[in-house]
Amino acid sequence: MSTAWWTVVLVGAATIAIKGAGPVLLGGRPLPPRAGRVIGLLAPALLAGLVAINTFGAGRSLVLDERALGVGAAAIAVRLKAPPLIAVIAAAVVTAVARAL
Amino acid sequence: MSSRGDPPGIVRGARKVAPYSIAVLGFGISFGVLARPVMGPVAPIVMSVTTFAGSAQFAAASILSAGGTLAAAVVAAILLNVRYGPIGVSVAPSLGGSTWSRLVRSQLVVDETWALSADGRGGHDPAIIVGAGLVLYAAWVAGTAVGVLFGDLIGDPGRFGLDAAFPALFLALLVPTLGSREARIAALLGAAIGLALTPLVPAGIPIIAAGLACFVGWRRR
Repeated sequence: MSTAWWTVVLVGAATIAIKGAGPVLLGGRPLPPRAGRVIGLLAPALLAGLVAINTFGAGRSLVLDERALGVGAAAIAVRLKAPPLIAVIAAAVVTAVARAL
Repeated sequence: MSSRGDPPGIVRGARKVAPYSIAVLGFGISFGVLARPVMGPVAPIVMSVTTFAGSAQFAAASILSAGGTLAAAVVAAILLNVRYGPIGVSVAPSLGGSTWSRLVRSQLVVDETWALSADGRGGHDPAIIVGAGLVLYAAWVAGTAVGVLFGDLIGDPGRFGLDAAFPALFLALLVPTLGSREARIAALLGAAIGLALTPLVPAGIPIIAAGLACFVGWRRR
């Protein structure tokens, strides 16, 4: 089997196991209140991390490039209460235009 | 939990996620374009069907295409997916039913469906996870197929700004979660940790560390 197929099999099996672990082992039971509060803050922490890393990260370095303009445009759109689709399209268009200039 | 009034939860989930599915479609196309030269035409599509985890797949394909080893690709993908451990724990109380049904529905949990299904009181609407998850899954697999089949015509997906669409999507999901002061602190801390660690450690670790910012909720109220 080639490297590509081993990657498919191993990453697939690991992903299914990681995603399934919580719901399969704990499904239906409530979390203790303190754990619930901590888990409730996981969304803002992770999502903000994903925004920052995907905007400024390039492999193992931080760069300021056209993506920052695009995400800035998306931030303005979100601020103006535009629907998410508009924010996403604004990011792509502004980035593409800035790259083409 | 779940559907009060109509339309049913699955349909509401599908509608709710529709605006985000465009970005996922674009990300799927980017993955297909990137993966095809190094993985061939079939493996990337099979991977998207069996592994529904965009950032992990993307990382694995980028490492292989940069000449990295199988072990490096698999470890990076697993690191990027570690966040689904605690995310799974957070949806577990809302996912009832048989073991098989919980296992299958847990695979539809991705960042977007997890954020959109949150009810604001710490619970998750399982019908929204399923409805939104199926739409995003279709977009992800279809995008991958388009990227693999038409990669030569598309060229560099960066030309269309698709790489900026992804952080924009996360931003659109982030803003509604910032209701409390604690949430805003967790977000700022998460972003700061992620950026600070990016130059220092392999991909995947910064995002796990960013998630640890949720422990600002640990102290007693």
